[in-house]
Amino acid sequence: MTQAPARPAAGEDDVLEVRGLNISFHTPAGEIPAVRDVSFRVRRGETLALVGESGSGKSVTSLGILRLTPKPPFCSISGQVLLRGRDGTMRDLVALPEAEMRGVRGRDAAMIFQEPMTSLNPVHRVGDQIAESIRFHEGLSRRAALGKAADLLDLVGIPDARRRLGAFPHEMSGGMRQRVMIAMALACEPRLLIADEPTTALDVTIQAQILDLLRRLQERTRMAVIFITHNLGVVAEIADRVMVMYTGRVVEQAAVRPLFRAPLMPYTRGLLRSVPRLDFAGLGREKLAAIPGTVPDPLEPPPGCSFGPRCGAFLPGSCDTAIPPLQEALPGHQVRCVRWSALTGEAA
Amino acid sequence: MIPDMTAPLLEVRDLRKWFDGPRPGLFRKRAVVKAVDGVSFDIRHGEVLSLVGESGSGKSTVGRTVLRLARPTAGQIRFAGDDITSLSRDALRPFRQKMQLVFQDPYASLNPKMTVEDIVGAPLEIHAPELSAAARRQRVAETLALVGLLPSHAARYPHEFSGGQRQRLGIARALIMQPQLLIADEPVSALDVSIQAQVVNLLLELKERLGLTILFISHDLAVVGHISDRIAVMYLGRLVEVAPTRALFTMPRHPYTEALLSAVPIPDPTIQRERIMLAGDMPSPLDPPSGCSFRTRCRYALPACAGAVPALREVAPGHLKACIRDDLHLVAPTGLDA
Amino acid sequence: MSASSSVVAPAAPPQPARRRGGALRRFARHKLAVFGAGIILFLTLACAIGPYLLPFTDTYIDIMQRFAPPFSGAHVLGTDALGRDMLARLLMAGRISLLVGFSAMAISMVIGITVGIVSGYYGGVLGTVLMRFVDAMLCFPSIFLLLAISALINASVSSIIILIAVTSWMEVARIVEAQIRALRARDFAVAAEALGASDRRVMFRELLPNAIAPIVVAATLNVAHAILAESYISFLGYGIQPPTPSWGNMLDSAQSYLTSAPWLAILPGAAITLAVTSFNFIGDGLRDALDPRMDGR
Repeated sequence: MTQAPARPAAGEDDVLEVRGLNISFHTPAGEIPAVRDVSFRVRRGETLALVGESGSGKSVTSLGILRLTPKPPFCSISGQVLLRGRDGTMRDLVALPEAEMRGVRGRDAAMIFQEPMTSLNPVHRVGDQIAESIRFHEGLSRRAALGKAADLLDLVGIPDARRRLGAFPHEMSGGMRQRVMIAMALACEPRLLIADEPTTALDVTIQAQILDLLRRLQERTRMAVIFITHNLGVVAEIADRVMVMYTGRVVEQAAVRPLFRAPLMPYTRGLLRSVPRLDFAGLGREKLAAIPGTVPDPLEPPPGCSFGPRCGAFLPGSCDTAIPPLQEALPGHQVRCVRWSALTGEAA
Repeated sequence: MIPDMTAPLLEVRDLRKWFDGPRPGLFRKRAVVKAVDGVSFDIRHGEVLSLVGESGSGKSTVGRTVLRLARPTAGQIRFAGDDITSLSRDALRPFRQKMQLVFQDPYASLNPKMTVEDIVGAPLEIHAPELSAAARRQRVAETLALVGLLPSHAARYPHEFSGGQRQRLGIARALIMQPQLLIADEPVSALDVSIQAQVVNLLLELKERLGLTILFISHDLAVVGHISDRIAVMYLGRLVEVAPTRALFTMPRHPYTEALLSAVPIPDPTIQRERIMLAGDMPSPLDPPSGCSFRTRCRYALPACAGAVPALREVAPGHLKACIRDDLHLVAPTGLDA
Repeated sequence: MSASSSVVAPAAPPQPARRRGGALRRFARHKLAVFGAGIILFLTLACAIGPYLLPFTDTYIDIMQRFAPPFSGAHVLGTDALGRDMLARLLMAGRISLLVGFSAMAISMVIGITVGIVSGYYGGVLGTVLMRFVDAMLCFPSIFLLLAISALINASVSSIIILIAVTSWMEVARIVEAQIRALRARDFAVAAEALGASDRRVMFRELLPNAIAPIVVAATLNVAHAILAESYISFLGYGIQPPTPSWGNMLDSAQSYLTSAPWLAILPGAAITLAVTSFNFIGDGLRDALDPRMDGR
């Protein structure tokens, strides 16, 4: 579909604009709404962190952007995913035919995953795997593509890159494999990088290396990054803006500092309080402020606000009547809670 | 008989656990993986000692060897004064009631074909077969209540529970025989953030209520800092630093601890700190560096570090380190003051 | 805080069991398997009750009605060379063939599961020796083994059952061994060991129930195999000896009249085919129905 040229709403700097994204899985047990009415933008050079627990829909959102969710009839996507192409126009990926979508993945937008071992083919040398993707998108010769692959491995900090082209994935450590994945993702200089829990499987010292690498690469390429994680420490370190998701909906969205300093949604506040902090370590063993209960069954959502049953500020009559709208509470700070102003008043 | 509360409940001396590695060639000698290579520590009654390290450090192997789920290659394990290092399976059985294990993965550690009552009641069937079915059911119900589950949950199967609830089931199974020592092997790392806090709180409450002694094995320094009295840091099969929690976080004495603390992200975007970036990966345990095994990634390494394996020695009261450099002034990367 | 109260707020109630009965539902979706199950049920009931309802016994010789074709008179499925009622003989033979099938399966299962669980659980030298023995047995063409031994021994129903059982347990042993070896390393098995459980308890209470799905499938296919094996041996004259009828020896005695009275061969042949394919369909259906990967969680 090419009739989606530059939309007036999209700012010049926007690389991605998602509008009203809905993703549902169809299972024998019923329809599971995994993502509900999600809208956001990511600008050039910006990092948006998608935060949530399992079942929040954060990973499905990222897969949906690149249409990597299962095909119909198992899964349905609606809404708009506008991605800026190389020619500068915004194209709606939801409406794009699968054949054109293949040209988008890896070229305009690339993705890296939590477990690089499963995304790398174990029987091929890493150099060939990177080169193949370059040749597919850019039509270079094998020799030229391998040369570029070596440059990329060098770029992501793999020592002795040219020799490492011949290595198999299992001969590398977890951190090295994640670097290879990043190199592959960067091969065609995408405008958007989606990183789905890229450091969750790694040790902290290796995580620090990978975060540092991503930050440096972003400064250099000015690509937009969507960083999916459940680790709030990582968010604080890498994000410009944060989007918190719960049961498939965005419940709060703000720039990183206001979100950590003054979260408006009780869920966000609960998450931040429940994390044990290194800088408070050994100060005494008071209880962590855990959020009680568990995430509700997606097939039997509670009435009204889906966080209601776990929320300390739950008010019968106002929280359980309708799903709260996402409101612009402060400039650039959205929250899905009918009581946010009352609650901040209490806090103050 | 009142146990001597000042004596250690668990004493581990120079514990070694070596595994056969891959054979490098058809006629070459099989390599040896020294997963645990000379680890010594004590845990006092009622204490929480955490064993911290990255993957491959050997921390889980220590836990399993201490429980005698694996036979130690060398060393000594004493539980409440009794040497259990080389006891047979049958001779170990009475000790099994007193030391229990909580697993990392709440999905894999519960038998999917058994009901909660059978899973949590299994230790009773094994150690108290004389108990009537009704009495057993009663004990199971009490233990479920202890970990925040309902007696009505007893008839259900593990797959009907969420991850956090399953971990409670694992804890219930471990506690039903009222053990003295609980070894918790990464008990919260497979759980969501909000659920992690629930389980950490539960463990702390149970410790207070039941007077448990806990060996807490984890890679997460923030969780460990919250739960432990003392922390032992492991690297490539050896302890590199042991210290009371507060001292370790404010005054780390080993360069590896310093780097580890520095790498932990802090959920506060306003904190600016200089990060100590460790180069490369942990070396292969098949071919560890000579001398201090951390020297290849250490920014303070000297040629002398390659000489001998540095001994773990006391450098301040209760504070032990295995590093030859006493001239270092390491920073507390957390911004904490001593 | 009272002693019985929990130290924390009770966690939310468990999620409802959505997949309960999923295996049965998936089996029901497998049309051929349901068909096969129906046929086996029908055959079993017919062989059990049928002979009491028929006007003729299987040994009654109606000398006036030799070679009566099916659907031509009092004998619904016709008669054989001695004028015996084919339907009655078919049903009595079915009793023997199904008995051989189920009994041989049961015995081969006991042997296979025992060998598999012991070698899978203990591993090491014992496991290696047992499994190499299994491999050796598998290398031997079992049909020749069957024929050679049955030619030597005094063939009776029970000896044929044992003979078939001891030549068909190896597949089961391999399946069980692989399952147990994999399950052995799982955390819940380690947990049982940490609790001080005995070897027997770990093997039979913890591990075996988790390996039940492939065992059930193998058992079903083993019945089919045993029925077929009995037919081979009896057809070649080494198996169940007349006058005791079995589908195999009915086929054998029909050989001389293939052109003049083809129903003598067609009927037992059809019974064998029907029974064997039905068991195979059930096996396929069970494989899909019990496959944990189809379970969603």
